[in-house]
Amino acid sequence: MASSILLLNSRGEVLIYRSYRDDVSRTEVSQFCTQVVAAKEASERPIVTLNGVHYIHISQNTITLVAASASNVNTAMIIQFLYKLIDLFKAYFGGEFNEASIRKHYVLIYELLDEIIDFGLPQITEPEVLKQFITQGGIKSNIKEEQIIGALIQATGATSWRAEGIKYKRNEVYIDIVENVNVLLSNKGTVLRSDVSGQVVVKCQLSYMPECKFGMNDKLAMASETQSMDKGISIDDIKFHQCVRLGKFDKDRAITFIPPDGIFELMTYRVTENINLPFKLMPIYQEYGNAKIEISLKIKSMFDRNLFSTNVVIKIPVPRNTGKTNVFVVTGKAKYEPEQSAIMWRIRRFPGDSEYTMRGSVNLVTISTEKAWSKPPISIDFQVPMFTASGLRVRFLRVIEKSNYKPIKWIRYITKAGSYQHRI
Amino acid sequence: MAYFTNTRRGEIPELQEELNSVKHEQKKEAVKKVIAAMTVGKDVSALFPHVVKCMEIQNVELKKLIYLYIINYAKTQPDLAIMAVNSFRKDAKNPTSPLIRALAVRTMGCIRVERITEYLCEPLKEALRDEDPYVRKTAAICVSKLYDIAPDLVEDTDFLSILSAGLNDGNALVLSNTVAAITEISEMRGRPVISLTPQIINRILAALNEATEWGQVFILDYIGTYTPTDSKEAESIVERITPRLAHANPAVVLSAIKVVIKYLDLITAADVVRNVVKKVAPSIVSLINSEAEIQYVALRCINLILQKRPTILDKEVRVFFCKYNDPIYVKMEKLDIIVRMTDGKNIDQVLHELKDYSTEIDVEFVKKAIQAIGRCAIKLEKTVDKCVGALVDLVKMKVQYAVQEILIVMKDIFRRYPNRFEMVIKDIFNNIEVLDSPESKSAFIWILGEYAEKIDDAEVQLRAQAENFKDEQLQVQLQILTAVVKLFLKKPDQGEGLITELLRIATEECPNPDLRDRAYIYWRLLSSDPEATKKVVLCEKPLISETSYVYESSYLDKLIDQLGTIAAVYHKVYETKLSKIKAIEKEEAEKEEIEAPVINPNSLLDQDLIGEGEGRKSVKAKVPMQVVLSSSTPGINQQAGLQIEMAFQREDCTILEAKFTNFTQTVLSDFAMQFNVNHFGLTLQEPMGFEPLAPGASLMSKVRISSSGQRDQNLPGVPLIIQMAVRCTLDVFYFQTPCMFTALLSDSGALSKDDYKSQWKVLPDENEFSHVITALHPNYNSLQSLQERLGNNNIFMVASRKNAENEEVMYYSSQINTGESILTELRAPQNLSKVYVACKTLPHLAPLFIQAINFLLSTVS
Repeated sequence: MASSILLLNSRGEVLIYRSYRDDVSRTEVSQFCTQVVAAKEASERPIVTLNGVHYIHISQNTITLVAASASNVNTAMIIQFLYKLIDLFKAYFGGEFNEASIRKHYVLIYELLDEIIDFGLPQITEPEVLKQFITQGGIKSNIKEEQIIGALIQATGATSWRAEGIKYKRNEVYIDIVENVNVLLSNKGTVLRSDVSGQVVVKCQLSYMPECKFGMNDKLAMASETQSMDKGISIDDIKFHQCVRLGKFDKDRAITFIPPDGIFELMTYRVTENINLPFKLMPIYQEYGNAKIEISLKIKSMFDRNLFSTNVVIKIPVPRNTGKTNVFVVTGKAKYEPEQSAIMWRIRRFPGDSEYTMRGSVNLVTISTEKAWSKPPISIDFQVPMFTASGLRVRFLRVIEKSNYKPIKWIRYITKAGSYQHRI
Repeated sequence: MAYFTNTRRGEIPELQEELNSVKHEQKKEAVKKVIAAMTVGKDVSALFPHVVKCMEIQNVELKKLIYLYIINYAKTQPDLAIMAVNSFRKDAKNPTSPLIRALAVRTMGCIRVERITEYLCEPLKEALRDEDPYVRKTAAICVSKLYDIAPDLVEDTDFLSILSAGLNDGNALVLSNTVAAITEISEMRGRPVISLTPQIINRILAALNEATEWGQVFILDYIGTYTPTDSKEAESIVERITPRLAHANPAVVLSAIKVVIKYLDLITAADVVRNVVKKVAPSIVSLINSEAEIQYVALRCINLILQKRPTILDKEVRVFFCKYNDPIYVKMEKLDIIVRMTDGKNIDQVLHELKDYSTEIDVEFVKKAIQAIGRCAIKLEKTVDKCVGALVDLVKMKVQYAVQEILIVMKDIFRRYPNRFEMVIKDIFNNIEVLDSPESKSAFIWILGEYAEKIDDAEVQLRAQAENFKDEQLQVQLQILTAVVKLFLKKPDQGEGLITELLRIATEECPNPDLRDRAYIYWRLLSSDPEATKKVVLCEKPLISETSYVYESSYLDKLIDQLGTIAAVYHKVYETKLSKIKAIEKEEAEKEEIEAPVINPNSLLDQDLIGEGEGRKSVKAKVPMQVVLSSSTPGINQQAGLQIEMAFQREDCTILEAKFTNFTQTVLSDFAMQFNVNHFGLTLQEPMGFEPLAPGASLMSKVRISSSGQRDQNLPGVPLIIQMAVRCTLDVFYFQTPCMFTALLSDSGALSKDDYKSQWKVLPDENEFSHVITALHPNYNSLQSLQERLGNNNIFMVASRKNAENEEVMYYSSQINTGESILTELRAPQNLSKVYVACKTLPHLAPLFIQAINFLLSTVS
């Protein structure tokens, strides 16, 4: 398993170094720092082997997290664990994760690294649980010993993610359905690939130990219920939070769980059938030799006229050697932004079932090194509240608790652009 | 930040003072400063006694910091570390706080000094039975730490049985850590701590639900090491594992996929297999939506899964299309998978996509995309027209690195489909502006030579290429030479001037012996018999095919067993680094297992010697076994399912090593084997006795081979191929096995100097053949190692001397089973960068012998 864990800055300097086994020495590890990280081998594969030592690494905000190992480790587990580390640090540092926050909290980090991995094997990594007994750095001080023991019982128990005795005055649950539409259209407008990756994020403020059952218009789950007219949607793949009883889901597709306290991602899912694409693009690129390109782009919203989309940004790529541009739009603002190598067209509010057009011409400067233009796709960014591209709907959330309270439930839907691209 | 900026001199005494302060707060701050100094690599070991003193304070926070400090310095200052032992032992008995008890055991295990072990044993045993699960889960891991420091101590006491009892623990965290510890220790000692039974599997499966996500990975990986006894058991385990496919953590999903894929082989009910595949396929695809790094691991694994089960992801090729912003390492892997999944149905979609990639700006990616188009064309004959069409479209864009790559790809397509696409040559040639890589140049020249009769200005073009002949790389030089010969044979009037000029330069002015030799061969051929030259040079070439991309099945199964690990990512089976003695024990254990059916009293005798340490290692080269009959190849009655791997070896006589694997559902028996008549009269010395072979089982066998059989007068080719037939209850199979010449070298080939000299003189000079070996295995870095290698394999040294260039010249003699002798002269510079081989023997033996020497010096096994 992992022999050591390191956090490095962009210059390859060691910020945190914790060794768990002595089959990899610090001198060996420093090779990786200088040869890979400091050398800015950014496109380097996530697994690098130097002199028989495997370095598994990920990067975020200029920080590189590395696990070094000399044995045949489970790489998927290590990578996932490194990502978990980032989540954990963010949970402790108030959402921040950068060089300054790491330097500031190094004592806490060492204490965490001592607790969450033992001999290179990942242990308890739930931030909510750890926060109750890893308290270095003044987040909570002078907690009593009984509290610690309570925390340990919870940490090692079957519902390690939820503490006993949580109490709220108002019992509330917020459910957010967030969908990302990924579409790739050919230059002729045919769909090459389309899928929706969605997540159900729950903010849970419920007292005691609630039993929850969550229902949505999943075709397979509804097949057993005869009264329903609605056929539901077919979901390709669902992944659940640790708290969901997977065995039960596998048996009768019922989603049951005792939720952690606070915000958590209940599930993620993927849909590839019958996707309602929120926008349709119709671009025309007309090239006049090497001197000029004329572009016209029509964009049409395909969702219901009662809804609207916000912050629509359309990125229309143009060659690097673009000189003078002429852009004309009726709605929103559009202008050429050289640093993006694109015309950026922004529309703050885009109502459903309507259509806008942009026309532009681009004069090209002749340059000596004529490298072919790679023609990146037109991409679009947007969000449509109260709309799901997959058609997914929440049907119910039942909460059962011994004290029999009735929680208030809030549900929001939003669809965002994932990678929404149209080739030219 | 303040902790890090403090770098004044005199820091140590200052810290010492603070550590000895009476105030708790100040002590704590001081310890923090010490840790900060340690992190940046400063030596603060001088403070050891003062820091240890602070351990007396019952404050968990402070304790943790001090422990961290001790772990860091224990290795370099073992004496000091022992000072802290008493505090640890006290903490390990702390009656109120399980956290402190666990902390003490955990930290003691991290002090990697052998002397600590005598103090650790007792507290550790207590901790393993502690009432608190947090302490027990920590103790379980600690056993593997102890094993790492002092394996004998753990083996000699009852630690392993106490640890194994943890598999019954009601707490999932304790159980999963026990599983992790057992896995670790099993790996370290090279054999399992306990053998898995259905009962144990049942118990740990029950804990799967309550274990943490990491614990689930440990458990699933552990189950992956178990092989169910029958289809029913495999089915029931798979059924309990499939819910894991819906876990949010991709590592859990991948480990579950691994077990499922492995167990699918054992499940016999077709409808169950279909159902499981239906469940597992979407979760394989879902891995492609994870973080890029996970995607990379997943793609490497999917590559293996698709080799195992090519149709598992039917119709899903779209999900592997590259996104514009995918990291390059993900794109490259996706391309491999796209090619693997391309079939007659989705070719249009795929080609459209690949064409798109070929116009991107990353040069490596573009090249790989173009190669992918070529691989599709070679793999699927029906699609070749479309693929070539796509390549011609691309060539017209005149992007030169793409054009050069297309040239290389087209050469392969011409090889695969001769005389079909000559009309596109013109299109391609018209778009070439530069040729700057030797590969593209060679491809261009090959096409010129191969189609000289169809290209009007072939002579002009070739002449232009040959202009700087002497400065070209060898690969290009050889290609020019051959192409010019082809041109001359096809258009004698045009090529004559060029060929004479070129042969002269190649034989007189070029230093490379390979080039010279080839030029001489052409020269002699052309001057003696031009018609014969045509037969040689313009003969029909064997077709190439895209088969190199599937691993051999037992190798593949080993990789599937390790899905998700480093081994699976690199597609290389991982060899655990074991201490020497352990490695030998393990090797023996494996040997026993495989060879069980053919053990004879002699080999038992041998085993008594193993304890002596060195182990017996055959010094003879071992030829790797090859699949000679694949399980999908039908016999004469169209039955398939028997796989045979074979290799000829040399031991005290020629040996045929064979492995039979039964992939059918029935027991196979009544095995019999026979050789076809061959040039060396190889035949089975004794009939092969074989037990019946159960479904899924394999049998290893060794048979002695003699050269007393009937001899075929036709001369052998290279490699030497022996045709065989195997009969069993399934069917009769015909196949052929290559035979490395080393297997035929007898141990009576040694000659005296005088005999050598006289024989050398007797053999006519035209029977001398030469060859250069450049790819020597790095192990042969000294003359001694080289001579030893040859000597061990019945190539006997007669004499050696140094020549004028300070090169070592060695003379060797050998003899084959049938009595023909081979005399060899080896010449090598002192650094052994290459070896020149010249041998005198019968013409048909020379290439086989040279192939054998090449094999011996480029491998070590």
